[in-house]
Amino acid sequence: MAGLSLTNIHKSYGKVDVIKGVDLTIEHGEFVVFVGPSGCGKSTLLRMIAGLEDITEGELKIGDRVVNQVQPRDRGVAMVFQSYALYPHMTVYDNVGFGLLLAKTPKPERDAKIMEAARILQMEHLLDRKPAQLSGGQRQRVAIGRAIVRKPDVFLFDEPLSNLDASLRLDMRSEISKLHNSLGATMIYVTHDQVEAMTLADKIVVLNGGVVQQVGSPLELYHKPANLFVAGFIGSPKMNLLPVKVTDLSADTMTLASEALEPITLPRRDGIGQGDSLTLGVRPHQLLKDGTKRIAGKVDLVERLGNETIISAILPSGETVLAALAGDVAIALNDDIALNFDPDEICLFNAEGNAV
Amino acid sequence: MKLTPTKSLQNHPLAGWSLAGPAIFLITLFLIVPFILAFTLSFTNQRLISPNPTEFVGMRNFEQLLGVGTLVLQPETDEAGALVRDATGELSYPRVRDYTRNNADYPQLDGKREWLSWNWGDAKVYVLASDVVFMKALGNTFLFVLFVAPIQAGLALLLAVLINQKLKGINIFRAIYFMPVVVSIVVVSLLWRFIYSGQSGLLNNMLGFLSFGAFKPVDWLGNPATALWSILAMSVWQGVGFHMVIWLSGLQTIPASLYEAADIEGATTWQKFRYVTWPGLRNTAVLILIVITMQAFSLFSQIDVMTGGGPVDSTQTMVFQAVERGYGQQNIAGGSAISVILFLIVLTISMAQRYLTRERNR
Ligand SMILES: Nc1ncnc2c1ncn2[C@@H]1O[C@H](COP(=O)(O)OP(=O)(O)OP(=O)(O)O)[C@@H](O)[C@H]1O
Ligand SMILES: [Mg+2]
Repeated sequence: MAGLSLTNIHKSYGKVDVIKGVDLTIEHGEFVVFVGPSGCGKSTLLRMIAGLEDITEGELKIGDRVVNQVQPRDRGVAMVFQSYALYPHMTVYDNVGFGLLLAKTPKPERDAKIMEAARILQMEHLLDRKPAQLSGGQRQRVAIGRAIVRKPDVFLFDEPLSNLDASLRLDMRSEISKLHNSLGATMIYVTHDQVEAMTLADKIVVLNGGVVQQVGSPLELYHKPANLFVAGFIGSPKMNLLPVKVTDLSADTMTLASEALEPITLPRRDGIGQGDSLTLGVRPHQLLKDGTKRIAGKVDLVERLGNETIISAILPSGETVLAALAGDVAIALNDDIALNFDPDEICLFNAEGNAV
Repeated sequence: MKLTPTKSLQNHPLAGWSLAGPAIFLITLFLIVPFILAFTLSFTNQRLISPNPTEFVGMRNFEQLLGVGTLVLQPETDEAGALVRDATGELSYPRVRDYTRNNADYPQLDGKREWLSWNWGDAKVYVLASDVVFMKALGNTFLFVLFVAPIQAGLALLLAVLINQKLKGINIFRAIYFMPVVVSIVVVSLLWRFIYSGQSGLLNNMLGFLSFGAFKPVDWLGNPATALWSILAMSVWQGVGFHMVIWLSGLQTIPASLYEAADIEGATTWQKFRYVTWPGLRNTAVLILIVITMQAFSLFSQIDVMTGGGPVDSTQTMVFQAVERGYGQQNIAGGSAISVILFLIVLTISMAQRYLTRERNR
């Protein structure tokens, strides 16, 4: 049974620092997702955990064991690659059983385990085929099958679904989720798709530029982003960010206003002074059209999705806000629109971009 | 869509043909015509320069080259039926020549000479050939191919795996291993004549030095027992770099993620080679085997420069014989016949290799 702990992990390629000090604890059985924009070091971090990249500095523990110098095969991890990395000359059966073959598992036991994996992943009928004769989703299942037969303590997934089409992705996502529930193993999953992250994760790790931005449950990240980066990265459509000024400050309230925003009064938060410039974050789904005017603008785009209507409006100050209004809203281009939101739900960020 | 380029060429067949023309002409002149000529000449008695008209002789050239027969001789006995032994206790046998010269009872052996012989109980078995030199050339060529192909391919693969690593200065090794390929085989052969030289050759000196003088110098190229092997070793040395590069290109088509997956699955270095590298190289292996086989069958320059087929025909090869006959003895028909035989052998072997290494779909 293995959790993981990463302490001050660094990775440099020559002079280029790619991972700049990651501290992270992962409990046994947790489903952890690394998200972040392309090039932020997600794969690198995952590959360091797998043992495919050296750790430049810091300490990596799997279970109670420091594994910095341990060979990949002795770490008790299994990995599913973005490219699947199936052996083209082997059948599905042999691909799935490869690790068992290498470990010299007796034939009957091996056979039983392969059949078990095939049953879980519903690919019994594919066992005689070669990878070239499989569809993308089937290949993906074989790759996962190869990982689960060895009953590893930790599963590593590097963007396993990015080569699949949207509907297949949805299917595989729920299969992976079920798999996690039934196996109860620790899973670390890399993706740049935040929907995958939100739906799968117990815990999301947001990375940017080799630095952890925030660690937390999906809803924590959604409702309480620690900084502007996380606020902009998590949630779709993106959170609206508006510059505001603190115009009034009393013992326990503060008033925010700007050119575009009708003044709002909130309970006072720490670390805020009179006249400070802040950024106000409000999610498109938190905006309402109920006649009350907190912000107003001119509609410049309407997207009707059936269950909701996405509206883009230009404020007098020149900013654009997105609003996701429930249902089919009667509105046309260039109409004036007034939007309301609940002041208690908003996020505030100081000049450094951190939440206050 | 606009017209594709193929379309427009199809509309102007003349342009297409005139573009392909020079290449077709040259290929015809230097490949197809000689090929057909060799086939045709091998059925005639054509000589390089001769006043007599050329005649069609059917298969006679091939019969002359490939004719073999066996002869089993029983030891001589006296009237009582006892074996006759000479003073040293050796059995005595009739002379082979009595059977092969104008012996009406053995017309099939007429004109043949001894190629191989061995004892079988008291009897003596002879394999006779119409053309003993050609038979030796044939045997040597096969021996050469049989050893060169696996040694050269194996060694080249080993080098390719070694230099396919990300290490500092690995390019120096790549260059060193590839260097002999760039040098003309004639130059290499000349150099190695010095290395193999019997008196003060580099090899003898080195072996003597390493064994503190215990090694007795050998005339590597002058001794029938060592000449062919010496040429073989040199040929491997010269050709290995070329095949190394081909292997290397094969190695680099194997995705790194396959090795990483194997690492995680727990493969040792050997298992990675066995299950990832080797299956990934199957097409390269077929190519290399066929190329080496063909190159080895056409062994000529080394022989021409280093031994001229000697000593005692121990380094005769088929191509050397073809040239020797066609131009040395002005027997163009005989040389052509050898070329045709060589062609058929190489074709058969290549097809067999192709068949044996084919992709088996279950
Ligand atoms: N071998 C290398 N040498 C130098 N820099 C590298 C090397 N490998 C990766 N990098 C750099 O490290 C950074 C992180 O790469 P990584 O592959 O971890 O990104 P990622 O977050 O997985 O991105 P993606 O979502 O595109 O897969 C990138 O900026 C990349 O350029
Ligand atoms: Mg990546």
